[in-house]
Amino acid sequence: MTTTVTPGRTGPADSGERVGKGDARRRMPRIPDRIRHGGLPYLLLLPAVLLELLIHLIPMVIGIVMSFRQLTQFYIRNWGEAPWTAFDNYRIAVDFSPPIGEDLLNSFLVTCAFTVLAVGLSWLFGVAAAIMMQENFRGRGLLRAVFLTPYALPVYAAVITWAFMFQRDNGMINHVLHDQLGLTDQPSFWLIGDNAFFAVVVVAVWKSWPFAFLIVMAGLQNIPRELYEAAAIDGAGVWQQIRKITLPSLRPVNQVLVLVLFLWTFNDFNTPYVLFGRAAPEAADLISVHIYQSSFVTWNFGQGSAMSVLLLLFLLVVTAVYLLLTSRTPRGASRTRKSADA
Amino acid sequence: MRTIRAAAAVTVISALVAISGCGGGSSTDGSGSNESPKTLTYWASNQGPNIEADKKILTPELKKFEKETGIKVKLEVIPWSDLLNRILAATSSGQGPDVLNIGNTWSASLQATGALLPWDQKNFDAIGGRDRFVDSAVASAGAEGKDPAAVPLYSLAYALYYNKKMFADAGISQPPATWDQLVADGKKISKGGKWALGAEGGNLANNIHQVFVLAKQHNADFFDSAGKPTFTSDGAVAAVKQYVDFMAKDKIVAPGNAEYAQNQSLQDFARGKTAMVLWQAAASTFAAQGMKPADWGVAPVPVQQGAPGTGANTNSMVAGINIAVFNNTKNVDGAKKFVKFMTSDAEQKLLNKTYGSIPPVTAAQQDPAFAAPDLKVLRDTLSTSAAPLPQVPTESQFETTVGTAVKELWADAAAGRPVTTASVKERLNKAQQQMQQ
Repeated sequence: MTTTVTPGRTGPADSGERVGKGDARRRMPRIPDRIRHGGLPYLLLLPAVLLELLIHLIPMVIGIVMSFRQLTQFYIRNWGEAPWTAFDNYRIAVDFSPPIGEDLLNSFLVTCAFTVLAVGLSWLFGVAAAIMMQENFRGRGLLRAVFLTPYALPVYAAVITWAFMFQRDNGMINHVLHDQLGLTDQPSFWLIGDNAFFAVVVVAVWKSWPFAFLIVMAGLQNIPRELYEAAAIDGAGVWQQIRKITLPSLRPVNQVLVLVLFLWTFNDFNTPYVLFGRAAPEAADLISVHIYQSSFVTWNFGQGSAMSVLLLLFLLVVTAVYLLLTSRTPRGASRTRKSADA
Repeated sequence: MRTIRAAAAVTVISALVAISGCGGGSSTDGSGSNESPKTLTYWASNQGPNIEADKKILTPELKKFEKETGIKVKLEVIPWSDLLNRILAATSSGQGPDVLNIGNTWSASLQATGALLPWDQKNFDAIGGRDRFVDSAVASAGAEGKDPAAVPLYSLAYALYYNKKMFADAGISQPPATWDQLVADGKKISKGGKWALGAEGGNLANNIHQVFVLAKQHNADFFDSAGKPTFTSDGAVAAVKQYVDFMAKDKIVAPGNAEYAQNQSLQDFARGKTAMVLWQAAASTFAAQGMKPADWGVAPVPVQQGAPGTGANTNSMVAGINIAVFNNTKNVDGAKKFVKFMTSDAEQKLLNKTYGSIPPVTAAQQDPAFAAPDLKVLRDTLSTSAAPLPQVPTESQFETTVGTAVKELWADAAAGRPVTTASVKERLNKAQQQMQQ
């Protein structure tokens, strides 16, 4: 029953193939010796290592060094001379009484709520749409293309269009909610005040659910149709089939999907920045814009770096815990599946 | 095999050396050299309706300069929203243009980075002398007591633009000269979907410009003489409250203005939805929106009482654009020649006429073109009743923190939440604490 989702099955097939290719083995009999004594593998890895150093590790180390310095406009020209502050930047960031720490905490909590809602809804819409699209019906191709449109549009253009639609006096959202449906007593503000939170969630979900849809749709292709046929013969309804076959089979896909969506959403900069500009309302003060503001708008690069390092640590811990928890589940999952099959 | 290993080691080491060479920014402290005397790069700020228009306006002038001096100028027009970040990036990498435009409110902040050539006596002499320029404009090009970090290029001031027909319809014959009159007139106009005054509540810089002037009128400033923030002084609090009260208490600003940040208040003005706006040189924008010059009038920005002047009767900040030279230019002499060209009487007349601004060069101001009624108001304001924003290194932070505080207060007013002296003080106190961290 678990042919497509059991990773162990591909191993023997691979080695079997390699054994079968006798010619290749004869042509390169000395490879094991070279691997043992030579540097070829290291040389082959070198470009990747160099790029990894250049693109990730060195900027990260520079960022960490900056976070221990009092780097303001006075030293931007020669930041190596900025005075060391030990852990001052970190102390200020996590001291929740004065405005800076308090604002960072508020921003962090807002971002957590935003991420949970946006990822949850994106996932839900993505799965629902992908399952619906499994059935063959007229216009399915067209509908799929329409669903993927938000994913294909340039982010800036799309979000700025949302910003126009959310305008209080001339925006389409209020035109529909207030003028046409009469759901509100007076036109609401969406880009300032508390509603800004819902505005940013709506745009984020609109932007990321097609990705969930795409990934889940690909995952669904791997579930053998016989499972559904067998379940249908046994009398399982659609809902039971989704619960007992679709969702468990999608588990590995969902694990990666939710993690990627979480990381993208938590770090999302474009959506809030284009929607609200450099000073987002308190209710939608997402952490990426908040850190940008600390670094590039108030010119306190040291403090911005410290906040970035804290964010990185948080994301690393969450990712590690998530991977640890989800890497344990397959055994449980396969047990569940076996009991379901039984 | 040994060769491969050696090659790999050399590659890694040279890559690391190259990378470490990139960090740390430039430590050049000199004032440029003349290694490339025949070329210059120029970052112009976007002044016209769009970037293409700026290129069209500036390119013939640059050709003229090339013909005169043999120096080729490579032009890049940069939108306002990107300019400061581009300058910061250039400052930290040391890879900037030779000559650039800066907003004059950033002068002291950029001066503090040490990236701009200081305009001492010798450098000013090279462009014809400091006394060719209007005093208040030079004062807005750097911190007091220091050599300016830039030279004034285009000057602007705020004025009160009003819709003549809307005034006539409400039975008002004269534009208001004091805020009390403005509120009284405003109450007559603000009915039936029409509003008296436009505001850009979401635009942090505009918020700062308005509350700075009101604070001056309350005999207050946002910084003390030592450059320390004094955001919570009674005068500063009263100024911010007075500004937001135009919506919260007086009800002469439409609530929707609280989220405006893209000059929507000018569109409302052009469409006859709003009767007044406080703006810098708005004529070309109104013309672009289909308004005829006869439809609107220009008056000095109101004061608390009396007539505009200095001190408590200041009625504008000194707005405008400066031209600066990047300290590590490879053509310092050419850069100075270019600044001299751009600030020459002839170019000043031509460029300021085109952009609708006022020349900061006294001789060029005498051109009859700058005596048109609207420009005369701006010119008189600049010379008699405008003050530069605080020239402190933390000006950029001030704009963000106080500008955001005012934005949040607009949001409170728009949502019908009370705006009180205590709530204004609380927001400003938070802004001040952010400055001190």
